[in-house]
Amino acid sequence: MAELVSRDEVESALSGHKADYVEVRLDDTSSNRIVYRGQELEEIGRTRSFGGNARALVDGGWGFVSFNEPTGLRERVAEAVEQARHVGGEGSRLAALDPVVDTVPLHLGKDPRKITLARKKEIMDRYNEIMLSVPGVTSTNIVYRDEHKQTVFASSEGSYIEQGRIDVVSRLAATARKNGDMQQSSMSLGSLGDFTYIEQMDEAAKEMGEKAVELLAAPYAKAGTYPVVLDPILAGVFCHEAFGHLSESDFVYENDRMKEIMVLGSEFGQKHLNIVDGAAVPGLRGSFKYDDEGVPATKTDLIRDGVLVGRLHSRETAGKMVEPLSGNARALDYRFPPIVRMTNTYIEPADTPFEEIIADVKEGVYAKNWYGGQTSMEMFTFSAGEAYMIRNGKVAEPVRPVKLTGNLFTTLKNIDAIGDDLDFNQGGGCGKGGQMPLPVSNGSPHIRIQDCVVGDR
Amino acid sequence: MTLIESILDAAKKRGVQQAEVLRVASEETPVVFEANRLKEINSRHSSGSALRVIVDGRIGFASSTKPGDVEGLVEAAVETAPFGPEAKFDFPGQVKAPAVALYDEALAERSVDEMVKDGQKLIDGIRDANSEFICEAHVRRSVSNMTIADSNGGSYSYESTTYSAFVSGTLIRGTDMLFVGDGEATCKDDLDLNLIEGSVRQQIEYAKTNAATRTAEMPVIFTANGVGGALAMPLMLAFSGRNVYQGQSPLADALGEAKYDARLSINDDATLAYRPASRPVDDEGVASRRTVLVEGGVVKNFLYDLQGAGLAGANSTASASRSLTTQPTVSASCLVIEPGDVSFDEMVRGVKEGLVVEEMIGAGQGNVMGGDFSGNVLLGYKIENGEIVGRVKDTIVAGNVHTALGDLEGIGKDRRWVGGSLLTPPMMVAKLTVSAGS
Repeated sequence: MAELVSRDEVESALSGHKADYVEVRLDDTSSNRIVYRGQELEEIGRTRSFGGNARALVDGGWGFVSFNEPTGLRERVAEAVEQARHVGGEGSRLAALDPVVDTVPLHLGKDPRKITLARKKEIMDRYNEIMLSVPGVTSTNIVYRDEHKQTVFASSEGSYIEQGRIDVVSRLAATARKNGDMQQSSMSLGSLGDFTYIEQMDEAAKEMGEKAVELLAAPYAKAGTYPVVLDPILAGVFCHEAFGHLSESDFVYENDRMKEIMVLGSEFGQKHLNIVDGAAVPGLRGSFKYDDEGVPATKTDLIRDGVLVGRLHSRETAGKMVEPLSGNARALDYRFPPIVRMTNTYIEPADTPFEEIIADVKEGVYAKNWYGGQTSMEMFTFSAGEAYMIRNGKVAEPVRPVKLTGNLFTTLKNIDAIGDDLDFNQGGGCGKGGQMPLPVSNGSPHIRIQDCVVGDR
Repeated sequence: MTLIESILDAAKKRGVQQAEVLRVASEETPVVFEANRLKEINSRHSSGSALRVIVDGRIGFASSTKPGDVEGLVEAAVETAPFGPEAKFDFPGQVKAPAVALYDEALAERSVDEMVKDGQKLIDGIRDANSEFICEAHVRRSVSNMTIADSNGGSYSYESTTYSAFVSGTLIRGTDMLFVGDGEATCKDDLDLNLIEGSVRQQIEYAKTNAATRTAEMPVIFTANGVGGALAMPLMLAFSGRNVYQGQSPLADALGEAKYDARLSINDDATLAYRPASRPVDDEGVASRRTVLVEGGVVKNFLYDLQGAGLAGANSTASASRSLTTQPTVSASCLVIEPGDVSFDEMVRGVKEGLVVEEMIGAGQGNVMGGDFSGNVLLGYKIENGEIVGRVKDTIVAGNVHTALGDLEGIGKDRRWVGGSLLTPPMMVAKLTVSAGS
């Protein structure tokens, strides 16, 4: 974008408006996408996404304008200011922030930009072959995507930040079909700037094929309420859906009742429960140096020793709640204003080995991997990719992937064992306010939850 | 030369066999309410082009929102072509498209102040029913131009206006949370705010108290919103010609089979006037039409895009949909379910113990391709002895859409549009698995 809009132009477009705050964002993004469905390569393509936005705050009301044409930037800012003024309001309150001028280099492992399209296709071809050659697999679906985004952020407070980000994600799915019955097994892997993970999915591809076929023979679990043990990947999704979204202050800051529920210092879980979120944890899918309001990333304690101690903020929610900034304002891209989002969210490990966690369960469910999750604050739901019954302290027969749901407040308190084996799920994308998929990671060690409602599919 | 012409020309100069350009330009105005009042006024000015090329029989693709970047776009598309799939179709060229009304001057000129009034009216309606609700609303107007042109002489351009309004309210008592909400979308200046308000007030009424459920099989009535949220997606995946061809669809061998209840008829119709999902041509420039999917319970047709049709030896049903940055996939346009003969109240009266599902969360996750749906009932009501006695909590409803639609107790006679693109009555499934928390 620098080639089309200079720093001088940006800074002069921001100055002299009658507003409490204005900011400009410019994005230049290039991405590659490869999709397979069964034997067929379904699509291969390249996308260039180029655009920007101006956001203004006047007396507590917001205006926002996004565009593809970078010319006339000052007029765009003026348009946003006019809209904000039109909204009117009850006064602006943004948490104080020291302006930042910085150029952030890319976090890079094996650079996907240096890998030819031919090579990427060759790798995906190989995974497709591996899955299709498992006897019983009738179809597959592979989606590979890499993206390089360069962003310029500038504000009327004097911040000017250039940040780049490379995101890589790949999903493999195998389908087995027999007599009109169908089962699917899938996994997603993602990374911040490192193609290495994508080259190492041979084992995973074979497993997906084998699991899909296995599932055809597996019975449905019997729906009901059980103690459930979650593997680190699924527990990470649980943490994200069940608690992470509740920590996003934009659900709380204007809702007195929510504030009553989310009082800092309240007990949310047993003493062994510690949950954090932060982009300052380096090298993960949700990591960055500055959020989309120019706020430096942090690592925020959300629950410490079972007690609610923190939440995730944008400048506005932090300002209105008079709490510290956390660096969690993110926008999917230039088309959207930043809102409070998670980054890397995880349950910290404790010290119970997996064997011990399982050993105490007479009849329960061991659920692994993930299909997805969703939350409505009080109630959350998430879908396992794999499931097994636990009988008399041992992992027993496989069952078809289950759906788990619960009430957040009781479920967190029902976590009665936390393992020592922290691992991260980096293959997911979060959706909120129409902005999806936003790169995030979530993680956990193995955990056990008592009294979880289990649906049979 | 227009931008599109210069893209096609540059592609031709690079020696491609065929090329197609999609250009989208739109002005959107979202107006956002939060905590019961106006919060943001946004505008989105967007434009971009997408290019598909066929080179040596293979399909390459690139899209760009970088203004004037003709060379970059052509370069990228041509570069991807050698790795792309074999093209099983030709771009359609000139087509005779039906006239589909999608543009309303009154909508294009609707002022921000009027939009703000609409949003506030919806919020005030909820708070009038119960002032403890904290509400959000999104009101959005957009004016778009879509042009699709190809090197075989095809060129089609159309404008559309869309207006939508969605309101939601949250009521919290202790840690008990209730979410209500509804909305609609249209291309004409005829958005029925009273319908939206009425629906939400009804939700509030039914949800006045909490009701217990238990783990059991029982009849479940899906309201129109429930049909849209839980059943439509797994059903439509099965009708995609691409999934059928791949053997991934549970309906792969079911053409001509009486798979569903004999009272069920469903069609896909992109020619309905003033509907946001209608269009005169699909996103590959193929002329729109009405396609019967299910007639009297019998599976009649699948939906195809050009490539899917080519692979399967079928014809495109003008079902290619895409956004600027993605390649065409198969999608229903306006999905229309024919009405039955029983009213919602009659359905409820006939149930000794059952559920009404208005909204689920997590329903689209799991073995969706196989037709499974399963979700937590975010908003749903218990029926006892023919009456709705309150809302349920911590409850999962699960089933398979293909089995469920073959096991219908009744199809409602009153229909409404859901999400702007699904016209459906409520439907009652004779029995589904319900799991309840203790």
